[in-house]
Amino acid sequence: MEDSEAVLEISDLKTYYRVMKGDVKAVDGLNFTIKRREILGVVGESGCGKSTLAYSLISLDKPLQHISGEARLLGQDLMQLSKKEKRKLKLKNISIIPQYALDAFSPTKKIKTFIKDLVKQHGRRADRDFMNKVKERFQIVNLSTSVLNRYAMELSGGMKQRVVMLISSMLNPDLLIADEITSALDVTSQRYVTTLLADLRDEGIIGSAIFISHDLATLYQIADRILVMYAGRLAELGGADEIVHNPRHPYSRALISSLPRVGIQHKDRRLTGIKGTPPDLTDIEEGCRFRFRCQHRTSECDASPEMDQIQQRHYIRCWNYKSLGSDQNA
Amino acid sequence: MAVWQKIKNNENIYYALTNRKVQLGFSLFFLIFLLSIIGPMITRYSYTEFAGPGNHPPSSDYWFGTTIQGRDVFTRTVFGLRSTILVGFIGGVIASFIGVIIGLVAGYKGGLVDEILMMLTNVVLTFPTLAVLIIIAAYLPYRGIVNMAVLVGLTVWPWTARAVRSQAMSLKSSGFVDLSRISSNHILRILFEDIAANMFSYIFMVFILQFMGTILATVGLEFLGLGPTRGISLGLIMQNAVNWNALELGMWWWGIIPGLLLTIMIVSLYFINTGLDEAFNPKLREF
Amino acid sequence: MGKYFGKKLAIYLVTFFVAVTINWMVPRFMPGDPILSMLAQFQGLEGGQEIIQSRFVESFGLDQPLIYQYFNFWRSLFSGDLGVSLTIYPRPVIDIIKSSIFFDIVIVFPAVTLSWIVGNKAGAYSGFKKKADSFLMPFFYFLSSSPYFWFAIVVVYVFGIRLDIFPTSHAYSPGMTPGFTLPFILNFIRHWFLPFFTLFLVQLGGWAIGMRNMIIYEKKANYSEYMKSLGAKDKMVRRYAFRNGVLPQVTGLAIQIGTIISGAILVQQVFSYPGLGYRMVQAVQNQDFFLLQGCFLALITMALGANFIVDIVYMIIDPRIRHSYKEGE
Repeated sequence: MEDSEAVLEISDLKTYYRVMKGDVKAVDGLNFTIKRREILGVVGESGCGKSTLAYSLISLDKPLQHISGEARLLGQDLMQLSKKEKRKLKLKNISIIPQYALDAFSPTKKIKTFIKDLVKQHGRRADRDFMNKVKERFQIVNLSTSVLNRYAMELSGGMKQRVVMLISSMLNPDLLIADEITSALDVTSQRYVTTLLADLRDEGIIGSAIFISHDLATLYQIADRILVMYAGRLAELGGADEIVHNPRHPYSRALISSLPRVGIQHKDRRLTGIKGTPPDLTDIEEGCRFRFRCQHRTSECDASPEMDQIQQRHYIRCWNYKSLGSDQNA
Repeated sequence: MAVWQKIKNNENIYYALTNRKVQLGFSLFFLIFLLSIIGPMITRYSYTEFAGPGNHPPSSDYWFGTTIQGRDVFTRTVFGLRSTILVGFIGGVIASFIGVIIGLVAGYKGGLVDEILMMLTNVVLTFPTLAVLIIIAAYLPYRGIVNMAVLVGLTVWPWTARAVRSQAMSLKSSGFVDLSRISSNHILRILFEDIAANMFSYIFMVFILQFMGTILATVGLEFLGLGPTRGISLGLIMQNAVNWNALELGMWWWGIIPGLLLTIMIVSLYFINTGLDEAFNPKLREF
Repeated sequence: MGKYFGKKLAIYLVTFFVAVTINWMVPRFMPGDPILSMLAQFQGLEGGQEIIQSRFVESFGLDQPLIYQYFNFWRSLFSGDLGVSLTIYPRPVIDIIKSSIFFDIVIVFPAVTLSWIVGNKAGAYSGFKKKADSFLMPFFYFLSSSPYFWFAIVVVYVFGIRLDIFPTSHAYSPGMTPGFTLPFILNFIRHWFLPFFTLFLVQLGGWAIGMRNMIIYEKKANYSEYMKSLGAKDKMVRRYAFRNGVLPQVTGLAIQIGTIISGAILVQQVFSYPGLGYRMVQAVQNQDFFLLQGCFLALITMALGANFIVDIVYMIIDPRIRHSYKEGE
């Protein structure tokens, strides 16, 4: 089946920030696969390594360094490619919508100039045919083509966000990484942008996507699978429905139950959070990283859990999940 | 090694002390500074006496050579260094003081106060500093170290004011200043405890730049004959050299060495400043 | 856009006003009464009496109330009467200014333009190539830290005396008649080169340092990161960074004009190059106060004019101004 072609295969990927203080183990042994037409949601608290994952695939600049493991994009290991080879893959095969979309443009160049220059970098000419196709994309993101002649400062925040989505997807990448694209937006705009991402996938404009966010509710709207990250490691990875309605890992459960529900007031049922804070990842020792905040901790947890498979394409890293049953309350 | 551990914990100071540029710059500066302090003590001549034969190149007796009249250039240089550094320093302090105050007030208050202060700053900035200094110094009946320093300090502060103002403005719009305001702290307290305290490293760097500017302005005035009326200064030595056609007569040591020392000192300050900039600004750190 | 020019014009007017006021004020409030001594010097000279009675001297009328003196000063200013020079008696000051200003412009204008262009390119190069940066920067620091007159002295010694390629004083050799003849022009250029060269090199250091720092900053900006993550090659990043880095350099030009003119004064002194700066220093040494004031005002006006030109250029190249946003600070 064509659809089951693997676009991205991450095997035991480790990338650390090497700084004067020591090694910050930001991505410490990740495993997952993304197939064509899939949207993988990556969720976790701030500092859990989700953005580092994005940087590792796209830029990998010092002090961030590849330590071990593979990241195969359409079969090629990104970690072993030279800068030149990687550059060729950008925009065409792998692309990104950054966190700072509102600040992504040079103030002294018009949007169309930027598009033309960018396209030339990949050996294509921005001729009339190409620009017509670009104008079609403007329709998809609901923007007037007059935007092409504008400077970034003339556009509103929402417009800039859509232009970035357009540009990042304009050469039909096989994998598009969306890094916290909804974090700075209001609820309606969040909805719009999230839906737009799904549309791009549905129309075949992008082959697959990684949608990074700390907001599980937003992710759930379009993600096919969800990866729950904690402190640089995989906590649980599975189908979106499974993760949200039947989470197994103590951290996943805590996340789900701490989601505010519409229609329930504080006086009826209190908001629960997760006690404690994420650990400092500098030179962090072995052991399950969630154990200091976990209510189900046992002595086994001082050793790092192995990756277990619960069912097809559903993985977990926890010693004790089996004994927890399907109780929703962590 | 507990001290070292403590330093390592305070990131900024650690980065500042281990930065190569800072180390290099500081060593150079310190050497020349030392020269200005110790030099006058170790030299066997006075700067006015006729120490030996005129037109004598650098030698073991006359380390920087002699002037056309036979005065020792080394002696004159180290004494002149003292005078020039002193004026530059005092002027720098005055300029920094004025600049910081104006910058803080303009940046924090904003609105009309800001507009007026910025207009004032721009006006002073537009003036060719030396021209103003000349016209005022020309009428002064007596020029001493202090009134020269004041004069120079009063003309070079605009750069500091602008820099401090933009820092103050960005700090103002960051959260914690608002916290102080909510707690109804007096405005002066906010200015000094919150804004200035956070800008301490910045102000230090700004002072260095100001000091560089005042020294250059000072030595320029001295060269034109408008330095301290009595005593000796670096600019005066070089003015004498030019007036006596030292270069045509081949006495390069007289005209060039004093200025070289000054230039090296200013270069060292540049190094310190750039190094500190790297240390205090994580974005500039290269890995 | 109108707001932009309005503000600028206001600053220039205020500056000019302040300059004239300082000019008028300083001799009056200095101890020792320099005005009386100035006037006394005219007494003994031929034609001195008429000068004392001219409107210009009237403005010094010590029996008049200060306000009256002040307005008289302005009046004579606008009628082009700046008094008469003592050193080059009895040439009117305004005459001396007119004939000297050419020599200022001819060394300052090319030096500023070329050093800005070359300095920016050199600085950008240093900002992008880290290896070159480590030995280029100290060089730029050295240039920028040199006192203008000292660097002139070095240039004189190396090129004028040791290598004996260029003459080291005056605008043209004595005995040469000014005119559009080839020998004169060549002679003029030979005298022009070293003062120009000094101004050029010292400033170049400053521009290079500034641009290099801008480039380093722009390289790490979000827009640079974005285009790189979409596969832009280094050359494109450089182009975009340079275009953004150039803007503050234009503003910097305006700020530096004062420094450049100050530097020109010093350089002219070393080379005895007959511009306003040289005349001004001569005036101080000879206690020729009329000439001193005249040169001062002329220099200020030159500075303001140059500032204005730069403001226009800036408006042309920064799209943010044209779209009536606040000027980039």
